[in-house]
Amino acid sequence: MSDLSRRKLITTGLAATTSVLGLGAAAALAQKYGLAPPDHGGIYGLGETLNYASQRLLTRHSLAREFPRGKISKTPFANEIAPPSEAFKRLQAGKFADWRLSVSGMVARPASFSLDQLKSYPSSTHITMLQCEEGWSYIAEWHGVPLSHVLDAVGVLPQARYVVYFSIEPDWWDSIDMADALHPQTFLAYGLNGGDLPVGIGGPLRLRVPRQIGYKNVKFVTHLTVTDSMKGFGKGLGSASPEGGYAWYAGI
Amino acid sequence: MGDSACVPSTASAVPAPTVASRHSALVRVTHWITALCFLALLVSGAEIVISHPRFYWGETGNVGTEPAFRLPIPASRKLVPTGYGYVLPDQNGWSRYLHFQSAWIVVLTGLLYILSGFLTGHFRNHLSPSKADRSWRALSRSIASHLRFERPSSAETWSYNVLQRLSYLFVIFVLFPLVIWTGLAMSPAFVSAVPPTVNLLGGQQSARTLHFFVSLALVIFLLVHIGMLFLAGFRSRMRAMITGRAATPMERT
Repeated sequence: MSDLSRRKLITTGLAATTSVLGLGAAAALAQKYGLAPPDHGGIYGLGETLNYASQRLLTRHSLAREFPRGKISKTPFANEIAPPSEAFKRLQAGKFADWRLSVSGMVARPASFSLDQLKSYPSSTHITMLQCEEGWSYIAEWHGVPLSHVLDAVGVLPQARYVVYFSIEPDWWDSIDMADALHPQTFLAYGLNGGDLPVGIGGPLRLRVPRQIGYKNVKFVTHLTVTDSMKGFGKGLGSASPEGGYAWYAGI
Repeated sequence: MGDSACVPSTASAVPAPTVASRHSALVRVTHWITALCFLALLVSGAEIVISHPRFYWGETGNVGTEPAFRLPIPASRKLVPTGYGYVLPDQNGWSRYLHFQSAWIVVLTGLLYILSGFLTGHFRNHLSPSKADRSWRALSRSIASHLRFERPSSAETWSYNVLQRLSYLFVIFVLFPLVIWTGLAMSPAFVSAVPPTVNLLGGQQSARTLHFFVSLALVIFLLVHIGMLFLAGFRSRMRAMITGRAATPMERT
C-alpha cells in the first residue's frame, strides 16, 4: 500500500468516524436539551430528531407568513373526514350551544369553556396558509383565541412540556411542545373569512398551528391536557399520527 | 494534457501495472451513500406525489382550483379527481419519514464531499475541464462523440471527458442545491424563519412544482449516467467505483 492510499484511507476513516460520532453526540445533546421528539425511536428516529431539533433551534420564535387580504383563496378546501359521531351530531343539532372545551393536566385551575366564553376573550385574526402533507393548500383568514390566552387562564405549571389536544371524534388527538403552544399564531379557531368556522373545515373549534402541516390542525377540539411527558398518551409517540405512520413533528 | 494529472504517479514507477487506484475512498463512499439516498428520495417522493398528482403555480392550489398541469396517474386520495375508478393505498406516512431522513443523510454526505472536494483538489483536478478542453470546439467534439454513442477512449478509464465533467459539476453545484432549496421552501416552519426561501420562488406551490422538475432533471441525469456506464463497460466502471481499482488500458475489457 502506497503512502498516498494509506493517507487517504486514514483520512476517510477519520471522516467516517467523526460523522458517526457527530451524529451520536448530536442525538445525545438533542435528548438532553429537550430537542428529541416523542417519536425519536425507531428506524426514522434520526431524521425525525434532526428535523425537530434543527427547526426548533431555528424557528422557536419565528412567525408563519401572513398574507394580504387579496391572497385569500376563493375555495378553502374541506378535506375528507369520517362521518360525524352521534355526540357531534347532537351538539350540531343544538347549534353547538353546548360545545365545551375542557382543560386539565398540569394546570393550576382546571376549567371548562363554552364557545361563547372563548369568543368573549380578545380574538386573534391571521391570514395564513393551511398546507396539507398531500401537497394542496389554501389561504384563509382565521379567527380565534390564542391558545396562550386559554393556558394563562388555567395557569400552566412550570414543568409543562406539551399540550395534548383531543377531537370529539374517536382516535383523533395530537400534541405540540410549549414553543408552539405559546406561539402567538397558535390559536383555537372558531371563525373563517369573517363567518363561523364551517364544519367541513373543523368547526366549531379547531386547533390552528400555522407553522405545521395540516394534520397537526386537529378538527372539532373538545379537550386539552397539559403534560410533561407523552408516555401516558396512546403509545407514547406524541399523537395518533406516528401510530398511523405519520411523523409527530410536521413543520416540514 | 490535463488528463494525465489524473493518473496516479505510481503508474509510471511500477512496470506494466494491471490495476491502480481510480477513485478515492471518500469519493466512493459518498457516491454510494448518495446513490442509496437518492433512490430512497425518489421512491418516497413519488409516493408523496401520488397523493396529489396535480401541480400549481403561485402560493396555493387544491382540487377546487385549476392546476398548471396534472400527471395522468391514479391518486392515493379519494377527493382527487383523476379519471381512474380506483384509489391507491396511502403511503405518505413512511414516505415522509424516509424522505426527510434520506435528505438529512444525503445533505450531510454532500457537505463532506464538497468540503473534501475543495480541500483535496478533486474539483480542480478531476472535475473542472482541462485547459485543452476549455473551448466550444472541444465541447462540440465531445457532444458529437456522445451522440454517435462512441465507446469512450482508453484515456477515460483514468479521467472524465469534458461533457461528463460539466454534467457532474452541474448536478453537484446546480441541481442538488436547487432541489434542497425548493424542498425547504415547502416547509411551513423553515420559511417562517427564512421567508425569502419561498418568496423568491413565487410561492409555496411554485416551490413544489419546481421541486418536481428539478427532481425530474436528476432522474434524467441518473438514467444517462447508468446508460453511459453500460456503454463504457459496466464491470470495469462498477469495479472502479466499488473497489477503487481500474483496469489499465492493456487489460481493459
